[in-house]
Formats: sequence, structure tokens, C-alpha cells
Amino acid sequence: MIEKKGMGTWLTHAVLILGVLTVAFPIYVTFVASSLTLREVLDAPMTLIPGSHLVENYRTALFSGTRMNATPVAGMLLNSLIMALVIASGKIVISLLSAFAVVYFRFPLRMVFFWMIFITLMLPVEVRILPTFKVVSDLEMLNSFPGLTIPLIASATATFLFRQFFMTIPDELVEASKIDGAGPMRFFRDVLLPLSRTNIAALFVILFIYGWNQYLWPLLITTDHRMDTIVIGIRRMLAAGDDQIEWPVVMATTMLAMIPPVLVVVVMQRWFVKGLVDSEK
Amino acid sequence: MRVRVGYSNKVLPYILVAPQVIITLVFFIWPASQALYQSVQRQDPFGLRTRFVGLDNFAAILEDPGYLNSLYVTAIFSISVAALALGLALLLAVSADRVIRGATAYKTLLIWPYAVAPAVAGVLWMFLFNPTIGSVAFALKALGYDWNHLLDGNQAMLLVVLAATWKQISYNFIFFLAGLQAIPKSLIEAAAIDGAGRNRRFWTIILPLLSPTAFFLLVVNVVYAFFDTFGIIHSVTSGGPARATEILVYKVYYDAFEALDLGGSAAQSVILMAIVISLTVVQFRYVERRVHY
Repeated sequence: MIEKKGMGTWLTHAVLILGVLTVAFPIYVTFVASSLTLREVLDAPMTLIPGSHLVENYRTALFSGTRMNATPVAGMLLNSLIMALVIASGKIVISLLSAFAVVYFRFPLRMVFFWMIFITLMLPVEVRILPTFKVVSDLEMLNSFPGLTIPLIASATATFLFRQFFMTIPDELVEASKIDGAGPMRFFRDVLLPLSRTNIAALFVILFIYGWNQYLWPLLITTDHRMDTIVIGIRRMLAAGDDQIEWPVVMATTMLAMIPPVLVVVVMQRWFVKGLVDSEK
Repeated sequence: MRVRVGYSNKVLPYILVAPQVIITLVFFIWPASQALYQSVQRQDPFGLRTRFVGLDNFAAILEDPGYLNSLYVTAIFSISVAALALGLALLLAVSADRVIRGATAYKTLLIWPYAVAPAVAGVLWMFLFNPTIGSVAFALKALGYDWNHLLDGNQAMLLVVLAATWKQISYNFIFFLAGLQAIPKSLIEAAAIDGAGRNRRFWTIILPLLSPTAFFLLVVNVVYAFFDTFGIIHSVTSGGPARATEILVYKVYYDAFEALDLGGSAAQSVILMAIVISLTVVQFRYVERRVHY
């Protein structure tokens, strides 16, 4: 190796440490605020040493919510979890099926379907807000989990990823399973699915975060507080009007909103990086 | 597209693609065509009649100072976010690629903001810069700089740029690091033997080899700043003060759901679709072909 010693190394570490600290600073301040009383938070400059009200604030957030927005965060966490899980697994299942059809079957309209799926890649919800909202409202899916999740389940990215992967599987495997008398669905279940395990795990991490972090869609689709996801809940807590915002509880909620997806990324880091790099190819 | 050894079945493939295709038709193609249709219609104030107005909605938008302002704001916002997020991520990735000790630890500590929702990232930064109680706002005041992003448009813009950049650095970092690790060590060693110093090697070997990654990331970052930052804008500034942070996506949302201007919002949607489609085409056509050395 070349020039790995000397002044440069210290400088490199200094840059990295500074980067890590800058990235972590907002979270640290949020954590500290979630462990103080409201009076302590309002007493500028706020202390940067954690206080003693941590358990109390998280308990208030989880089980009763703020005074102005008395929706317990525990329910919001459950909503977010359901939404993230349904979107992630739904996208994976329907993408696996359609990639399987496109790669292993020869049928009329095959390319039409392929391009139709491709188009969804180009139309994020942000650019067709109103008409999509109208469709969901006409189907009477407002304020419901199907309304929150189904419109987000189509996935061009995941379909392409699985298509790409299926193309690398040797033809001999198909032939062998045919000779052994296995039909297409048997081949799908016993050969393709086990081979796709790593891809599924990698994609799952990315899609779980995608689902958990949705903002615009739940904002439009849900008006009933019982359907609030945690990300939307924070926004409602902050819109306290003339009332004093209960910062410690809001900050505890913010921490709770970050912990699940961050945990998923850190614990499944290897699959996360693979999923990220693969799905953008 | 190559058709491989496969199965022949009249019904099964249609059943397999059905869920994906139905969802695409109902929630993507149909709404998009509705947006196209509404963009050439105008509704009377009571919503009773609609009539065909051709490109009038587009003409009205492009003459509307509010829309032109939004275009300008979006340009400033996305250029700042892309430049900052790419620059900082490159610096961190090059550093992480250099160190031997602790490289994995640094990586773990730098990638997790990816998992934070844009709206939540906005709340974190809003709290730091809160004019009355924020730690950073307080420090700025102590230095004699008066911070109040609720009144000052430039400060509001700076705040949303910071929040959006903070969230995007980890994404760029992962891709830059992967790109750096793919560069053959022998190339760098050969240059070192020829007497090229660290900086020379960076500018003449590493950076050119990294340019495809950088160009790809540039497109992704612009798309991110255009579309994925709605949560940040909505939770931190709501487009204000005085429309100083009203990016295009926020304006589409606002005009459709708060101002209830159907035709105008649909025309804006169509313009946004055109922007996304051209960015996607750029990404697919040019990224991989043009930029390699």
C-alpha cells in the first residue's frame, strides 16, 4: 500500500470524525430534548446534557399523546408498521410474479405489459397528486389501509431487479425441473424463490424504509386521527396553534419515528447497501 | 428482449401480471391521463361546467409570477442541495476509502440518516434553528447574527437546504464509496511509482474514474430535491415566508388542495411529469454511455 502513514492520516480521520459528529448532532439534541421537562427545553440555551425525564416523556408520548393532539403514539407506530410491511411485502410479491411472467412465458401483449410497468417508474405520486387522490376517493378507500398501501404497491424498480436476476439463472435449471415433471408454479416456488432470497432481503430493507417514511400520500388519504402514521402525527403535534408546543413529548415521538427504520438499516447493513446499489442500476 | 426456455400456458401469465398491471392502470395510467385531460380544461367557479381551453392553462401558469417564482426557488434549492450533498459525500467517501482502521465503523455511523423520513429530518433541523429555543439559533445570536427563518426568506431556504442535504449525504456516500472501491488498486500504485502525489492521483485518476458515479448521482440528487423533499418543505416552512421556499411539488399540492385550482394544478402536474420523464431519459440514455474514460 501507498502512503498510509503520516500527517495525512490524521487529517483524514479528523474529516471523518467531524462528518460523523455533524451527522449525529441533530439527533443528539433531539434525544436530549426528549429527556428534559418543557421548562428546561424552553430555558435557552437548552442544556446538552440528558435530563432525568426520559421514561416519563416516552410514556406520555406512547400512551396519551400531547394535550392538543391526544392521540397515543403507540397506535401511530402500529399504523406505520402495518403500512411499511404491507407496502414492502406487497411490492415484492407482485414484482416477483410479474417478473416471472415476463421472463418465463411467451404471450401476446408481453411487451405492452412490460412497458406499462416501466411507465410507473416515471410517474411518482408527487406529479399526479390530485387525480390519484380522486381515484382513491371514488373507490371509497380514504381513511383505510387499502387506500394507504395499494396505490403504492406497483413497483417498476423491483420488477426490473427481479427480471434482471431471473435472466442470470441458467436455462438448465428450467429444463431439469421440466424433465422432473415440475410445472411453472412448482419451478417458481422451489427453484426461483430460494435463489432470490438475498435479493428479496435487500429489497425488503429499502422498501420498508420507503413505506415507513411516506408523507404526502398519508397526508392526503387520512383525515381520521386513528389512521395517523407516526410521521404525520409529528406534524399534527407541531401544529399546536397558539398553544405552547410540548417539545419534550414531540421530540420523544420524533425519536420513536426514527428508531425502527434506523435499526433496520444498521442491523441489515449488508443487505441495505446491496439493495440500494442494485435497485438503482 | 430474449425469450428463454420457458413455459407455454394460455392463462397463467396473465394471472401473474394481473395485480401489477391493474394497480398500474388504476392508480398510475388513469390519473396521469386525467391530469393531461384536465390540463386543457377549465372549470367555472362553481364547478358546474368545464370547457376546453387548449393550452390556456399552460399559458396562464407560465405568465403567473407565483409559478415563475416557484421555478426559480426550485432551481436554487435543487442546485444547492445537489452541490452540497455531492461535495460533502465525496469528501467523506474519499476519506473513508483512505483509512484502514475504523473504516467499517465510520461507514455505519454515516449511512443511517438515509433511514430518517424527510419530514422528520425537517423537524430535527427546525428544532435546532427554532428562533426562540433552538441551540444553533441561540449560538448564532450569541455571535451577533440574528436568526429567524420564520421572517427571513433566505434563512428559511438555507434551513431546508441543510435538512435536505443532511438526509441525502448518506445515500451519495454509499455510492461514492462503492465507486472508489471498484477502482483497481494497481492503477493507483502505478501512478504512485511514476511519482504522482496524493492530490495528483486524485485529480487525474480517481476523479475521472468516478465520473460515471458522480453523473448518475447528480441526476438522482436533482430528482430527490425536486420530488422527495415535499415532507421537508411542508413540515418546516409550508412554502413560506412569502413563498420563499415554495418548490414546484409544494405548489402543485397547495394549488390543488388549498387553492382548489384544478386546471392550473393539472397543468403544473403535466409540466412536472415532463421534467421527470426527461430526467429519467437522461439517466438511462446518457449516464452509462457518455461518461466513461
